[in-house]
Amino acid sequence: MSADTAGIDTLRLTAEEAAGLLERGEVSSAELVAAYRAAIEARDPELHAYLHVTDDEHAGDGGGVPIALKDVITTKGVPTTAGSRILEGYVPVFDSTVAARCKEAGLPLLGKTNLDEFAMGSSTENSGFGPTRNPWDTTRVPGGSSGGSAAVVAAGLAPWSLGTDTGGSVKQPASLCGVVGLRPTWGTVSRYGIVAFASSLDQVGPLAKTVRDCARLYGITAGRDACDSTTVELPAPVELPEREDLRGLRVGVPRELNEVDGIEPGVRERVQEAIRLAEELGAEVGETTLPRSVEYGLACYYLVAPAEASANLARYDGVRYGHRADLNGDGDLTALYERTRWEGFGAEPKRRIMLGTYALSAGYYDAYYGQAQKVRTVIKQEFAAAFEDFDVLLSPTSPTVAFPLGDKVENPLAMYLTDVLTIPPNMAGLPGLSIPCGLSEGLPVGLQILGPQFSENTLFAVGHALERALGFDFVPPRLAA
Amino acid sequence: MPLDPTRWEPVIGLEIHVQLKTKTKMFCRCENVWGEAPNTRTCPVCLAHPGTLPVPNRQAIEWAIRLGLALDCEIAPRSLFHRKNYFYPDLPKGYQISQYDSPIATRGRFSVPGPDGDREMGIVRAHLEEDAAKTIHVGGEGGRIHGAGASLVDFNRGGTPLVEIVTEPDVRSAEEARRFLGLLRQTVVELGISDAEMEKGSLRCDANVSVRETGETGYRTKTELKNMNSFKFVADGIDAELARQVELYEDGGEVVQETLHFDPRSGRISPLRSKEQAHDYRYFPEPDLVPVEPSPELVGRLRDELPELPAARIRRLEEEIGFDLALGLVTSGRDELFARVPGDDRRATANVLMNQLAGAGVDPARVNADELAKLIAARDAIPRAAFDEALAASGDEGFTAERYLAEAAITDEGEIDAVIDRILAANEGQVQAYRSGKEGLLGFFVGQVMRETQGKANPKVVNERLRERLRA
Amino acid sequence: MAITREDVLHVARLARLEIPEEEIGRVQEQLSAILEAVGKVSELDLSDVEPTSHPLDVVNAWAEDEPRPSLPQDEALANAPDPEDGHFRVPAVG
Ligand SMILES: [Mg+2]
Ligand SMILES: [Zn+2]
Repeated sequence: MSADTAGIDTLRLTAEEAAGLLERGEVSSAELVAAYRAAIEARDPELHAYLHVTDDEHAGDGGGVPIALKDVITTKGVPTTAGSRILEGYVPVFDSTVAARCKEAGLPLLGKTNLDEFAMGSSTENSGFGPTRNPWDTTRVPGGSSGGSAAVVAAGLAPWSLGTDTGGSVKQPASLCGVVGLRPTWGTVSRYGIVAFASSLDQVGPLAKTVRDCARLYGITAGRDACDSTTVELPAPVELPEREDLRGLRVGVPRELNEVDGIEPGVRERVQEAIRLAEELGAEVGETTLPRSVEYGLACYYLVAPAEASANLARYDGVRYGHRADLNGDGDLTALYERTRWEGFGAEPKRRIMLGTYALSAGYYDAYYGQAQKVRTVIKQEFAAAFEDFDVLLSPTSPTVAFPLGDKVENPLAMYLTDVLTIPPNMAGLPGLSIPCGLSEGLPVGLQILGPQFSENTLFAVGHALERALGFDFVPPRLAA
Repeated sequence: MPLDPTRWEPVIGLEIHVQLKTKTKMFCRCENVWGEAPNTRTCPVCLAHPGTLPVPNRQAIEWAIRLGLALDCEIAPRSLFHRKNYFYPDLPKGYQISQYDSPIATRGRFSVPGPDGDREMGIVRAHLEEDAAKTIHVGGEGGRIHGAGASLVDFNRGGTPLVEIVTEPDVRSAEEARRFLGLLRQTVVELGISDAEMEKGSLRCDANVSVRETGETGYRTKTELKNMNSFKFVADGIDAELARQVELYEDGGEVVQETLHFDPRSGRISPLRSKEQAHDYRYFPEPDLVPVEPSPELVGRLRDELPELPAARIRRLEEEIGFDLALGLVTSGRDELFARVPGDDRRATANVLMNQLAGAGVDPARVNADELAKLIAARDAIPRAAFDEALAASGDEGFTAERYLAEAAITDEGEIDAVIDRILAANEGQVQAYRSGKEGLLGFFVGQVMRETQGKANPKVVNERLRERLRA
Repeated sequence: MAITREDVLHVARLARLEIPEEEIGRVQEQLSAILEAVGKVSELDLSDVEPTSHPLDVVNAWAEDEPRPSLPQDEALANAPDPEDGHFRVPAVG
């Protein structure tokens, strides 16, 4: 058991406990920050979960529980790179809405966490600044793209963090790092100041050690923002879950989300145990089906997201900020654009930009992008039908536990498959919570809890009850020693 | 140079961009102003910093609907914004937010009065979009685009709301295009939504031009004439392009679809280098914005608020003063003053308003109509210079016609006679010549008298008195 | 769906990416493989289905036409790679 500065055990301390310490005056916010900085100094060199750690001036002294933000979340005066060389050295002159809300809530900023470049990836290996390692096993990936945000929570380098989730980028790394992660209903958390990947899918979500911490952070960040036209007010305030049973709850188990090829046996077993546990807690469990959502979801996603990305990443042109190629005085504007962008972007963004450009280009729009937008309607309808019979749906979050670094780097399609279970609900704008539900091969397994739009309070209630019953120990054994 | 109408018929469609004079930009709340220091009206949104998002300007949306209604368009119950993707330094996001297949207003008509009655021009659509930034070319030879060393970008204008209006190919001559534009400009000004000044770029016009043989029903290949910045250049450019196309056909050639630039100084037409060689804009619905669904109540209110439009007023005035003056008064915004100026000689009044008053640069809104009427009534009784001077002052605070007439004119015939006597005595040779038949010398004597009186004598009286004296 | 070398060059051009000669083949292979996988969406007959471009059914989000402060010029240009005279400088446009 490791005790850090001022007796604060950052490996175990939850945000709620930290808030309690602050409230009772047992520690100061500055002491908390110092404890996490010490932990970062001790453990981040081997993990590389942070891209930037703030100094006192930029951390702020709001007096609350400190936080880490994924480096796609714009922070005024603090470098924001989106994990890309093309934004190296960029220092924003404004705050994203979520960063501003964290500031208003008094949360000091510990630093900016590593990610797959422009949030494109599932392992954090696509970072332009080197990969992050999984705190449970440093030969393995933390998942992605919010791998840094998941790893800092798992390794006690921040009590909680914010990530972003487009195809599963909060839920999947939460699963692989043994922490809790929420992908909220699209439109409930402002995207203003979130470096855009795929606008109709991107959503900011909290990562923490407990469901209650996630709910707290969601409450701080969610709600209509005048700077984001696509946001709405929450229909009901966020409720911190308390109940420890699931009586009266209808739990659906979508066959395809639980049986698709590639789900590891150990993952399937832990999830089935969790489903049985739900039944023991009083839930009514039944089977349901999402035939086309799972079969076509991935293909749909890999058309919609790259298409939107191809436009969202057009602004990186070396004119107003970021990397600019050196033409040595030889070359026109087009040469400047083409070289700047080729040098500045890594392989995955370039691949997706080209894919998306192709899917939108004359003659292909209807067959690719247009068709994908229709598939999206089908997916929405299938989920809507399932939610007529069930309050929540359960499945694994990721088909596998954390995989070794380098395993899928050369095979983009294999990497894309790791999101096969998180993508379908995301296409429909649905919220999803991932909680750890046990170990397979000594590595965490995540349970995905899905609900209809705006059902976050239900997800928190289910997640909290299961979390209590499961009693998962979120401290990686190799760090607890 | 007009075409031979028995052989060739022009087919012209117009695309007009109207800059809205909202207080703020289309998608951010930076001030929408002109002439400020570069990059002082910008923010993270209009500089397209990572993560920023557009928020539409409610006023711009209402004004686009108002313009759509003035063009007799159907207002879409649901319209969408799209991204139009291309790279250019004046386009910070790498795409322009525009409307593509579901614009805010469609299928309208704009009635253009002409000397031979009205012509209805079909309106395909009117849609909202954002303007590009301003690029200045520096270095290199000549300063124009070609050969320039670098460009400097100022994003102050970037993001200004624009309504783009696209007409059917219903325009049949350069003159008609000019008339259409003049009327549209005035309409937009009266709707209170734009300055619509071509010189400042707040009204811009492109023309799609083709010709066909008279009686032919299909359309031939069209060319696009870009960025003509005055009504005259639009007309001149269209004429030059029509002539070029006819010559091509008559020489057995073919017209190629291309974008052209008209140089008003040389009158020459040349191909324009395109922004995106492939012309593949990859439009798709803007995911950062939600659909616009104006309520029937909003559209109804905006329809009720529409003023009487210029075309209707031209038709009313035409009977009284003829088409040209009616068109001139209405499209210059002077018909309101015209209606206020009393007096029986309506054509004379219209002429004064259209010519002298316009020439003097007087703001018609500031003119006291009754005083102006007195001035116009006395116009034959006072020297031209005096009349012009009075007109120029007619917009001034507290202007009265009497004071000017009194100050300006020598009306005492005795005073004039004395001057005439002096002039005749000093020019005996010319007097002899006149009396022996060189009557053309009258002008010489008039000129002398007018100079002597510093232009204050009534030229009509001078003429009469001189003739009488020289007869003696 | 296999894409050709020319397709790769065309798309790279549209996207303003200076793809080096030696990478064209590899990119062509990868894009072909991905396109074959995503081409699966065309198996479904969706002629009667409306496209979804927004997951939420929100309409009419706008702001009042009231100015807010802009950035001072030095902040607007703070991240510019080549500021000049209050402007952003770029090589010749044509
Ligand atoms: Mg346009
Ligand atoms: Zn702005």
